[in-house]
Amino acid sequence: MKICGPKLSLCGLIISVWGIVQLVLMGLFFYINSVALIEDLPLEEEYHSLEDFYAAANRAYNQNAYNCWIAACIYVLTLLLSAQQFYMNSRVTAN
Amino acid sequence: MGSLFRSEEMALCQLFLQSEAAYACVSELGELGLVQFRDLNPDVNAFQRKFVNEVRRCDEMERKLRYLEKEIKKDGIPMLDTGESPEAPQPREMIDLEATFEKLENELREVNQNAEALKRNFLELTELKHILRKTQVFFDESVPTVYKSSGAYSSSKYRRYPQMADNQNEDEQAQLLGEEGVRASQPGQNLKLGFVAGVILRERLPAFERMLWRACRGNVFLRQAMIETPLEDPTNGDQVHKSVFIIFFQGDQLKTRVKKICEGFRATLYPCPEAPADRREMAMGVMTRIEDLNTVLGQTQDHRHRVLVAAAKNLKNWFVKVRKIKAIYHTLNLFNLDVTQKCLIAECWVPLLDFETIQLALRRGTERSGSSVPPILNRMQTFENPPTYNRTNKFTKAFQALIDAYGVASYREMNPAPYTIITFPFLFAVMFGDLGHGAIMALFGLWMIRKEKGLAAQKTDNEIWNIFFGGRYIIFLMGVFSMYTGLIYNDIFSKSLNIFGSHWHMSYNKSTVMENKFLQLSPKVDYEGAPYPFGMDPIWQVAGANKIIFHNAYKMKISIIFGVIHMIFGVVMSWHNHTYFRNRISLIYEFIPQLIFLLLLFFYMVLLMFIKWIKFAATNEKPYSEACAPSILITFIDMVLFNTPKPPPDHCETYMFFGQHFIQVLFVLVAVGCIPVMLLAKPLLIMQARKQANEEVQPIAGATSDAETGGVSNGGSHGGGGGHEEEEELSEIFIHQSIHTIEYVLGSVSHTASYLRLWALSLAHAQLAEVLWTMVLSIGLKQEGPVGGIVLTCVFAFWAILTVGILVLMEGLSAFLHTLRLHWVEFQSKFYKGQGYAFQPFSFDAIIENGAAAAEE
Repeated sequence: MKICGPKLSLCGLIISVWGIVQLVLMGLFFYINSVALIEDLPLEEEYHSLEDFYAAANRAYNQNAYNCWIAACIYVLTLLLSAQQFYMNSRVTAN
Repeated sequence: MGSLFRSEEMALCQLFLQSEAAYACVSELGELGLVQFRDLNPDVNAFQRKFVNEVRRCDEMERKLRYLEKEIKKDGIPMLDTGESPEAPQPREMIDLEATFEKLENELREVNQNAEALKRNFLELTELKHILRKTQVFFDESVPTVYKSSGAYSSSKYRRYPQMADNQNEDEQAQLLGEEGVRASQPGQNLKLGFVAGVILRERLPAFERMLWRACRGNVFLRQAMIETPLEDPTNGDQVHKSVFIIFFQGDQLKTRVKKICEGFRATLYPCPEAPADRREMAMGVMTRIEDLNTVLGQTQDHRHRVLVAAAKNLKNWFVKVRKIKAIYHTLNLFNLDVTQKCLIAECWVPLLDFETIQLALRRGTERSGSSVPPILNRMQTFENPPTYNRTNKFTKAFQALIDAYGVASYREMNPAPYTIITFPFLFAVMFGDLGHGAIMALFGLWMIRKEKGLAAQKTDNEIWNIFFGGRYIIFLMGVFSMYTGLIYNDIFSKSLNIFGSHWHMSYNKSTVMENKFLQLSPKVDYEGAPYPFGMDPIWQVAGANKIIFHNAYKMKISIIFGVIHMIFGVVMSWHNHTYFRNRISLIYEFIPQLIFLLLLFFYMVLLMFIKWIKFAATNEKPYSEACAPSILITFIDMVLFNTPKPPPDHCETYMFFGQHFIQVLFVLVAVGCIPVMLLAKPLLIMQARKQANEEVQPIAGATSDAETGGVSNGGSHGGGGGHEEEEELSEIFIHQSIHTIEYVLGSVSHTASYLRLWALSLAHAQLAEVLWTMVLSIGLKQEGPVGGIVLTCVFAFWAILTVGILVLMEGLSAFLHTLRLHWVEFQSKFYKGQGYAFQPFSFDAIIENGAAAAEE
């Protein structure tokens, strides 16, 4: 079954591969609580105590890590889909 | 092998060819592609040359081939392109080729004519078929009851449904005209209603209808129906939509008028019998004829296809052959004919290194033609400037193209291309420094390089793609260098990597951190003392308040340092030019003052930067602590304007080292002193030399003095070009020199500032990347809950597309253009004349490629 054309499927392939690589790595960095990514966490402006802040930050770090890995998994699906489409397209043009 | 540093040494040669061997020899030279022929009969026009007839025959053959190609493309038959290039055929084979093409063309034309006639016939029959079918519908739409009840209703109602299909002829007119018709016929006038049927283009129909209405004052009646399937126009093969119409009218005058209008609207009229039985019969006949025609058409198409398929196999081959023959005769037209008509004389530019190869090729050509007398290749003395020929390979070609786009180097001038191979990607990367973006670019370049052969084979007209593909090595290098500078700036998609661990540590206690919004880390206490091993310390990533300020100070200084070194390198290149061309005056009175000027002012500023970096630190005691560090820019301005510097803060010193004031004054004075030397020394010396020469050799003043002073005054005399040129006037030399000097002095100030674009673009790139991250990707990351992953997927795709489109493509293009400018203006203006002309050898490869490109347009 053919849904998308050769260019779209190629675009999907590239973005999927890129997404998998980058999101897996970013998930890893979130998981190890990388300070560089602290501005991308869903945190409040102020916290009352240090413990509150640490707890919230740890929770946010873990959640972002899982979100990144979920997105990477979705990209695995789109990768498979676009790879199949790409294969179909290349077979059509070969014939 | 010639070097890339200077263009090849060229020689003007005279070539004597036996007239019977000339064709074969030129053919061999064309395969070789190393010889540039000169036109020896420039005043003979194209129609009076010797081989004009042959060229014309080749043109004719090419026309036939193009016709064949067009037909093949129309039928969508794939053309076999083996990519191999057959040798130029012997002149006698030309007749065979001509005959083949003639036969093919005639056959094809005949087939096409027949097919067109058949198609026209077919179209007419189809249209007739549709008319019969549709009119049947019109006639069948009769309302038999109308007549009976006509008295009771107003006539207008019935007009809408005229009926003619009834067998009773007497009823016909009556029903058509309704009451009035009946009334009109009652007095005994026999009113005969006529009709015409035909086919018209659908888009013409409304206008046609209006015209009929106006011209006949509403006295005709038009019915129409669309033909659902589009019909094929036999002349151009387009699909057109048409409509069937039928017009009822009364009387002969109206009939002629209606027919005229039909003619005017290009409607085709068909005879349509009135009686239904006749119509049915006709329809049957039409159907059988259509079927017959279909089989004939099929056979014609098959035949055409067979002819074209056979031609498609050889077409590219033939094109190459014909283009080669044409090129050979074209070249032979440039030659001079000897008085005895026995031999042709050619003049050509030849790279000295390829002398042997060319002679071998000539010998091969002679053997092939069976001639006994070998051709003679004779080196000539000339005063003309030879063409510039830089031998390139697929790697250096793109870099050479960047240089040649500015101006082709003068003969044997220093070629900036080899240095550009390194400096170009490097300066680009300073502006484009980002590990992630560099990796994307490098991967794209690497993919093009790996798939080089396949991609090169599928030639496309896509100009943008061709530019990218031509510059694949540049793109790859730019990408790799950007990855390096990205690591130095510690930027990957605007985030930093903490590979070795930051060398800054926090020494504040918990309560201080909790209570303050901003805290400053002191380099004295919080810094380890040893720098981060490679590039920027990742701590700057989280320093929201002064990250940009810190980066600016670093990047500005770096760009000035690179710029000054780049310019000094350019000036040193001019030294190579002067020594090569034995131009002592320029060497001493131009190169040396230029270098001194640049070193004493701008390189001194660079040195000050390093001194500042080394001497001042936060851990030092007072005169050398961080608070005492002077501003380099202010110091430099004070130095040039001889200002007294502002008093420094307490316990600090005005100058960085002992004797700085004295050195600075000395440097400025010497640098300013260089300006009159650059301005006046060279013209004055030339003037003196001319005077001396005139005094010494007064009686035979002409040739020698010319040659001598000419050689001195314009450096490019090495290849024997000097004496030929007119002696430049002294006033002109003065003006040139003053322009040159002013340009250099002002230029070195403005060019140094111009290198600040390295900093500016690098800053812009880093900021844009950061904005893209915080404005786009951050939104996806900050989503809470389980939907976060799905939102992130979409946002990431959007961010990826924007990253490629804006940051890699657009920013990359802008950085590329700025790098190009830095090379063309700031670097090359120091030594590069670029007044040569390119070597354009007679080569079949180039001719065939150009021919194919021209044909495809």
